[in-house]
Amino acid sequence: MTATASRPGTGAQTPLPLDVEAIRADFPILGRTVRDGKRLVYLDSGATSQKPRQVLDAERWFYENVNAAPHRGAHQLAEEATGAYEEARATIGAFIGAPEREIVFTRNTTEAINLVAYALSNAATAKEPEFRTYAVGQGDEIVVTEMEHHADLVPWQQLCERTGATLRWLGLTDDGRLDLSDLATVVNERTKLVAVTQQSNILGTINPIAPIVERAHEVGALVLVDGAQSVPHQPVDVTELGADFLVFSGHKMLGPTGVGVLWGRYEVLDKLPPFLTGGSMIEVVRMEGSTFMPPPQRFEAGVPMTAQVIGLAAAVDYLQALGMDKVQAHEEAITGYALEKLAEIPGVTVIGPPDTVARGGAVSFTVEGIHPHDVGQVLDDLGIAVRVGHHCAWPVVRRYGVPATTRATFYVHTGYDDVDALADGIRAAQKFFGTV
Amino acid sequence: MQLESMYQEIILDHYKNPHGRGLRDPFDAEVHHVNPTCGDEVTLRVKLDGDTVADVSYEGMGCSISQASVSAMYDLVVGKPVTEALETGEHFMTLMQAKGDPAVAEKLEDELEDAVAFAGVSKYPARIKCALMSWMALKDASARALSATGGNA
Repeated sequence: MTATASRPGTGAQTPLPLDVEAIRADFPILGRTVRDGKRLVYLDSGATSQKPRQVLDAERWFYENVNAAPHRGAHQLAEEATGAYEEARATIGAFIGAPEREIVFTRNTTEAINLVAYALSNAATAKEPEFRTYAVGQGDEIVVTEMEHHADLVPWQQLCERTGATLRWLGLTDDGRLDLSDLATVVNERTKLVAVTQQSNILGTINPIAPIVERAHEVGALVLVDGAQSVPHQPVDVTELGADFLVFSGHKMLGPTGVGVLWGRYEVLDKLPPFLTGGSMIEVVRMEGSTFMPPPQRFEAGVPMTAQVIGLAAAVDYLQALGMDKVQAHEEAITGYALEKLAEIPGVTVIGPPDTVARGGAVSFTVEGIHPHDVGQVLDDLGIAVRVGHHCAWPVVRRYGVPATTRATFYVHTGYDDVDALADGIRAAQKFFGTV
Repeated sequence: MQLESMYQEIILDHYKNPHGRGLRDPFDAEVHHVNPTCGDEVTLRVKLDGDTVADVSYEGMGCSISQASVSAMYDLVVGKPVTEALETGEHFMTLMQAKGDPAVAEKLEDELEDAVAFAGVSKYPARIKCALMSWMALKDASARALSATGGNA
């Protein structure tokens, strides 16, 4: 552990679970400077993560040695590309404790959620009776929470508009947690699906999934868990989770953009009609109509994002070599330190849980008298990249009565020095705008 | 620090002491504009007197750039013919597309007065929308006001 990555202070230094300096050396982009020679302090992993060389190398390896369309053609490259693609599926499945056949590749979390939402409305008019199993229609209800990212809210609003179903939601408590007091009434015998985020992208809250799954399954509803902010940051096992769907994005977990994952319990996936249709998802095609492959192929129309899938498998290997328990512990230590440092600054208010209990490394805050855009601009001038705005969770900022927030998010390369830079930057903003 | 190039003293003055702020009656048109990337919003009213902008009143929440921009705009357009006000808006748009080119700012100094201070903003693509929001609202509200009052620009 080097001095810069260790925790400063008067007491004993708490060593971080991960070797930050060694990890930073794996990320070429962290070696660049921004805004006239400043070290890049990247605190925006929650929007998209940076990529280690191992991931970049895996994509390059594929294009330089194997590139071909998988599941088509009989030449050697096609065979090898298919092998590499399916091997990657197995690696990514094992990462969340799922068999290969339950892993569907999508463009990102957003597309994975839309896939399920469209499958549920397509089900109503499917000609195959078994595809109508989970059809959503008039009188049915879909349940979300007030904490969802727009990607786990708007597709369900749209599903309800297409089908005549009703959208209901679980609210939030003042301290940034899900309010489950009315779970038993909001989730009822009319509920067809409950969609909930495992970790809020704006509040950092880690939600209790078990009671929601228990109630939903009691009334025969499906559960979709948005893992975009949890799968990259904590161990997630689909058997323990107990849900029916888990969705996440590759680009937020050190992987490439353009690949996301839909995990679904096989018996559920098997009864869903397709969303996108076309090549490679079909069984037999005649002019009069077509039949479809079983999952996961049924949901992977067209030539897939092969290189990205292979890059994502490399990201999974990278995270597993670090150990997801350690990744989580590391971020918890950083988050605790950040909450402490922010609490020391007058005028700074954290929006979300005030301590590290059931909380991940997304810290949103406001600075009295300075709009988040202006806070972000001063931080940017110092080389610190944060997110500002409503973070694609507009109802959340509205719920807490602020127009927007500044958000810092942490990952495996985040050290105490990054948090110190953030705290100094906030003070610089206060000085610049004359609020202190 | 590069910050001073964006946050000119004039901008910070408008931000801290906005001109013409508050919604006033009477008005011929009211519009509500938002910046969907950050959630900033402005409600803006236009009152015409014939073809002249008699008053622009507004309320909004947003960053220093968006709030200062609407204040500087108020100074520039009230009392001008609508056509001239909208032309000034076009000049401001040109300034925002200048990528910080000082020659463009110099050329527009007479037309834009205080608002020429926003030249530094044009170097930051993410902030251009903040500066433009109120001008877009003005354009929209003026068109509605003209059609409501039967005038034409």
